[in-house]
Amino acid sequence: MKVLLFARARDLAGSGELEIELATDATVADLRRALGARYPRLAPLLDRCAIAVDQEFAVDQTPLSPAAVVALLPPVSGG
Amino acid sequence: MISLTRNPIDYHALTEQVRRGNCGAVVVFLGTVRDLTGDRVTAALDYEAYPGMAEKKMAEIEAETCRRWSVGEIVLEHRLGRLEVGEVSVAVAVSCPHRAQAFEACRYAIDRLKELVPIWKKENWADGSTEWVHPGV
Repeated sequence: MKVLLFARARDLAGSGELEIELATDATVADLRRALGARYPRLAPLLDRCAIAVDQEFAVDQTPLSPAAVVALLPPVSGG
Repeated sequence: MISLTRNPIDYHALTEQVRRGNCGAVVVFLGTVRDLTGDRVTAALDYEAYPGMAEKKMAEIEAETCRRWSVGEIVLEHRLGRLEVGEVSVAVAVSCPHRAQAFEACRYAIDRLKELVPIWKKENWADGSTEWVHPGV
């Protein structure tokens, strides 16, 4: 599964795009855990980040299909 | 109408775009790059967006604003890339029949944009350091 990262999340992970392996019935909560485990430098920011699935804000229970486009969004600061 | 641009925002054009014969009020908000945050001096800001989702959220805000107020026309434009102090980062222009609605609608749209749209700014401080701005972190 592809995960897009932005702003400080990208800086901490070292890349704007990561591949992460998840079970086929994984949820957003599983993704958070997997990201924190695989990229420990992301862990302090993760709780504050929203996760978007196919460009919609998701909740922890949101299921993830392998084809989903997922993004890790730190607190926004536009405007 | 919503857009993201890497060019300077032509707020005169945006103002003209929203004027309507059936609207007695036009309110234009400009967000501009400020020089001081506390005692730290900004040299420049870098703005980036999650392309696709940023436009999607801006379009939702446009629709929400039009549902809640009697809007003649509304435009939201956000600039991306490097901006110097004083430059315009975002513009919201709204026309409504009366001024109370126009002020409220414009205020709502910019407040929602700042809450919802996946755009981030990075401070380039005068001392050479840089820092992504993530409220609450």
